Parts: sequence; C-alpha cells; structure tokens
Amino acid sequence: MRIALFVTCLADTLFPEAAKATVRLLERLGHEVVFPADQTCCGQMHVNTGYPDDALRLVRRHVRVFAPYDVVVAPSGSCVGSVRHQHAMVARRAGDERLASRAEEVARRTYELSELLVDVLGVTDVGAYFPHRVTYHPTCHSLRMLRVADKPLRLLREVRGLELVELPQAEQCCGFGGTFAVKNADTSTAMLADKMRNVLATRAEMCTAGDSSCLMHIGGGLSRLRAGVRTVHLAEILASIEGAETAGERDRLEVGS
Amino acid sequence: MTRTFLGMPATAPRGVGNLRGEESFPAAARRALGDTQLRRNLRHATTTIRAKSAAVIGELPDWAQLRAAGSAIKTDVMARLPELLEQLEAAVAAAGGTVHWAADALEANRIVTDLVRATGAQRVMKVKSMATQEIGLNEALEAAGIEPVETDLAELIVQLGRDRPSHILVPAIHRNRAEIREIFLREMPGVDPALTDEPAVLAAAARRHLRETFLSTPVAVSGANFAVAETGSLAVVESEGNGRMCLTLPETLITVMGVEKVIPTWADLEVFLQLLPRASTGERMNPYTSMWTGVTPGDGPQQVHLVLLDNGRSAVLADAVGRQALHCIRCSACLNVCPVYERTGGHAYGSVYPGPIGAVLSPQLTGMPDNASLPYASSLCGACYDACPVMINIPELLVHLRGQAPHPAGEKAAMGAAAYTMDHPRLYAAAQRAAGLARLAGPALPPPLNGWTASRDLPAAPPQTFRQWWAER
Repeated sequence: MRIALFVTCLADTLFPEAAKATVRLLERLGHEVVFPADQTCCGQMHVNTGYPDDALRLVRRHVRVFAPYDVVVAPSGSCVGSVRHQHAMVARRAGDERLASRAEEVARRTYELSELLVDVLGVTDVGAYFPHRVTYHPTCHSLRMLRVADKPLRLLREVRGLELVELPQAEQCCGFGGTFAVKNADTSTAMLADKMRNVLATRAEMCTAGDSSCLMHIGGGLSRLRAGVRTVHLAEILASIEGAETAGERDRLEVGS
Repeated sequence: MTRTFLGMPATAPRGVGNLRGEESFPAAARRALGDTQLRRNLRHATTTIRAKSAAVIGELPDWAQLRAAGSAIKTDVMARLPELLEQLEAAVAAAGGTVHWAADALEANRIVTDLVRATGAQRVMKVKSMATQEIGLNEALEAAGIEPVETDLAELIVQLGRDRPSHILVPAIHRNRAEIREIFLREMPGVDPALTDEPAVLAAAARRHLRETFLSTPVAVSGANFAVAETGSLAVVESEGNGRMCLTLPETLITVMGVEKVIPTWADLEVFLQLLPRASTGERMNPYTSMWTGVTPGDGPQQVHLVLLDNGRSAVLADAVGRQALHCIRCSACLNVCPVYERTGGHAYGSVYPGPIGAVLSPQLTGMPDNASLPYASSLCGACYDACPVMINIPELLVHLRGQAPHPAGEKAAMGAAAYTMDHPRLYAAAQRAAGLARLAGPALPPPLNGWTASRDLPAAPPQTFRQWWAER
C-alpha cells in the first residue's frame, strides 16, 4: 500500500525519531511511504489558541497537499483529531464550503498510526522486539476524539520482550493541552505532577503514548525530576527489532536552569 | 468582520450578581493550587462522585439514547424559546400563579424584593438555586433589610462561613467535615459545644437550626430545574427534603428561573429525570422531586410567583454555536470529571458557574471581555463532553469562544507570523533550523513561554529535522 506520511510539525522539528520509526515500521511491513514535502502544520495550535482566521491558510495547505493520497498516516492522535474535527469547521466558519467538503474527504483517509495498523492494515503483531518495562498513557485526543480505545495496547501486547504495566488513572489528562501548558502553567504543572506520580508508581522504565506533544510534557517533567524514567513514542517501540538500534530519542531532554 | 449588529441582546449587567471574578483564572488558580487542604478535599470528593455516577450510568442500557433525547429536546427548546415561554406564562397564570419577566439581575432582584416587602416578611427561606446565586439575590435582600436563610445543607455551610459556593451541586465541596464542624461551632446560634464531625451529627445540628426557620417563615424563594410549558408545572429535584419544606410550608412561594429551563411537555420530564440524578449525584433517582402547578386552594403556598430571568441568556441564544451552553441542566458532571476543576476548585473561575460549563457559560452571559481568561481554563481533554448528560460539546464551545476572546498584541503578531511561515515551506524549513540554533541561548525559554521551563525540561534540538533526514535518504 502507498501511504503518505503526515509527519506533524512537532515530530518533524523536535521528535524526528518518532517519524523515522513510522517510516521504518511501515516499510518493514511491506508498504511504500511517501513524504509530501510541501506539508508543514495542520493549524491545530492556531485553532485551539483562538486564531481560526490564521489557521485557514494552514488548513487550505494541508488539504491541497494531502488530497492526492488514498491513505495518510500521522504519528499523532491530536493532529489527526484536528484534521478530522477542526478542518471542515475552520473552512465553514470562513464560508468556504468547497474547502470544507475537500477537508472532510482528506479526513476520511487520514489515520493515526495505531488505527492504520489495526483497522486498515489488519495487523497487531508487527514483529517488534523491545525488552523493557513500559507503561502506556492514552492521550486525550486519541482516546476521546479518535476513540482508538485499546488498539495501541493490542499492538504493545504483541511486542516481544516488552513488559507492559497498567498506568493508574491512565485516562486523566497529563496537563499539556498545547498553549494551555504556557497560559495556565501552574494548573498544567499540577496535572503533570499527578500524571508523573502514577507513571512512577508503575516502576516502569519508560512511558509511551501515541503523541509526541504529551510525551514532551510528561518527559520534560520526569527529566526535571531526574526520575530515571523516560518517554518513548509508540512508533519507536513498534519499529524496534532485535539487533537494531532502538528508541533513538535517548538523552535528548535538556537540563533546565 | 464585526459581530455587533443592531438589536443584539444585552449581556448580564456589571455591578450586580456573581458572574465575574476579581482576577484572571491563571492568577486565582495559582493561589488555589497552593491550598493543600482544598486539593485533598476536591480529589476525594470528585473521585467519589465520579465512581458513584459511573456505576449507576453503567446500569442503563439506553444511556446513549437518553443523552441524545435530552440533547434533542433542548435543541428544540432553543429553536422556539419565545413561543414556549409564552405558553408557560399562560399555563401558570391559568393555574393561579403570577408570571414576571426580568430582563436582568437588577430587575429580578427588584421584583423579588418588592414581592417579599408586600408580604411584610422580614425573613425568607431559600431552596438551593443557581439562578438566585447568579443574580446576587441574597445581597439584594439583605440591602433591603430582609434576611435570606439558605436551607440546603451545603448552601447553609457556605452562608454561615461567609464563603462563596464552589460547585454547582455541592457548593461546600471545598470544605471537609472538620472545617464544617468549626463553622457550625462558630456561627450557629445555640449549637451544642460538644458537636462532633460525624456527618450524621452535623446534619442533625443543621436540622435543629433550620426547623425553627421552616415553621416560622411565611415566604420562600426557589429556583427551578424544569418548567413544563404545556401544563405550567415547575419542578425542583433535591436530596435532603429541605427544599420540599420550603416549597410546601410557606404562604408565598417565589421562583426565579432562567428562561432556558422551560421544556415543552410533561413527557419530556421522563428523559431529564433519568439523566439528571445519575449524572449529578450518582443516584438512580433523587430522593425528592417536588412539582407544583400554580396554586392549589387550601394546600401549599397560596401566593405563587414565577420570575423568568434573561440576564444575558438571549445574547447566548443569538450565537448559533454558543447557545449549546443553554442546554445545561446543572448536573455538575463536567466539573466532577474535569482535571482542571479537580485541582483548582470552583472559586478560581470567579463566577458561580465553575468548571467546564462555567468556562463556556459565564463569558457568554457577561460578554467576553469580562471573563476572557475562562475559555482558556481547559486542556481540551474532552472528558466533559463525554460526561455531559445532554451532550454539550464543551471542547468545541471553548475553542469557538477562544476565537472571540481579545488577544494580547504580541501573541497575535506571533501567531500571524507563524501561520505565514508555515504556509511557506522554505521559510518554515529555515525557521526549523533557526529554532535549533536558538537553543544554544540556554535551557530556559523567555517570557511568555517561561511557564514551560519553570517545571519541565525542554527537548534538545535534534541533529536533523525529519525532512532533512528524508531528503538525504
């Protein structure tokens, strides 16, 4: 199958290992991955911060760039959620019904990684090997906007060597929320404190999720605490195989002042 | 594009009522987050209610259909609100009640105060009501020399403690029983000094205190959960029976109700009386459901008044997206599941309507400039939408209202520049590389982004962006 990668601006810029892992994984499963180079950002940050007019040009770009492809995948539940639930709304708000219906078509062909693997490609055992104790945080947008349910867990359970431990109060938000983490930094930190308490209680070595944004938040907090626990994107676990260099985002969190 | 047009309904007036806080949400939240007792009380209370509610909702195989029905009825109500209100007015009048129309809090307070004065009463007893909290009725009555007595146990705790309610259903949720005992010992006349903090003992003390009021007060003021347009019947649901006392014992009963509470038919109650208790208190059915239709000669209050309150609701109705907020049946399920509310409590929201529904309702009632920080008081996690028994899409509303909020000039310029850059891939790629270089400046971000680095480390810029890696493949 020919699959277009919607890399997301965050993975492209700061977490390329998650995107590279997505490419390696899909190619290993026998698919062709293409990267439309004119893509940039889906505009979610603009929409969610109150700038739908600025987001319009990004929605228009996203729709134009991805319209030619039958299947689009992103290593992010949140960005796919924006494509599915916000793009047509932004277009309609601007009175552009044609863009809205094209956006809905693109949205119908756009999948979050675990959706693509389980629902479209029909695979749960992707042949991965990852010998670590891991807990899984279901990100809010994958859980409640996309309803990925237990698809990521079904994929993780098939990974050889992986010891999966349940995260207490897993469905509570980690406190990221895009610009919420800056505009309401204190409340966001209070939510993060509880998320980290639960992650640490699992005694896992790593916390995984399907969104680099939430992982940046949780990982940034764990790093600040020198907690000895790190975050890793689901795609990196699924791309890992025996004898290969795994989970390349190691040691990438800086020490704050 | 301007959103102002001639005939735009008025928002709730300033200087009266309790829809506005004195500071922004982030500032108020910061203080609340430091209150360890508050954090513990809220975590305990919301966790308990969440579990209770989830259990009884799980018993209903048709919960999804009930929610859809509740949503559909409310959508219908908003589509023909004027017609339903006139039908309600006629039905109440035909049953011997008197209907008053109040454009705002000032008018509603004046109507109620005049009605109480006309009876000659110096004291009124109150059924727990959000509408009267919203308009500041207690303050208006006190200014007129009339003493309001809250009879709902939690409202009584708030009133005795000279406190503010912090939850729609459980206004004293921020207090634990040790604190309640201290308030009673300090403020309740004639209380037993050996009072303990056992819930049954505290409730008994409140019962003794209130019984005298019930038997000697000739006027009661209530809100209403529902008003049936076809019959003119009003309904109040509650757990304690104190509301039932107020609704049946006095000579005069005055009900203040937001106009959005009207429902078309008696049969519609079937839907809401299943949705409300399971979503709010986690009960299959609330212990007391009181309904009255005008005056019943020789039985119950003989003077029955209904004050229909607008106070900004018509302005909310005028926004085709925002009007969903008027579907709210005040169950508080969204508060109980909200990770922000659970940590900050209700006072941080400034308004009597806290939590996710308050974040979308208060700014619409007052106009955005007076509550501009509230639509941002959410991580958009979506738990509120899943919990809402009438399926109000609160995350959608929050985002919609953020689009109407006044934006800081610097942020506005940065967002415009970011959108322009991201719409030009070569500029975008250059900006990505520049972002990597900028990180050499140090590990802390400058204001206003320093909120991030105050508690979280930043990821280091990777040696290559993904698109660089792809190009070199």
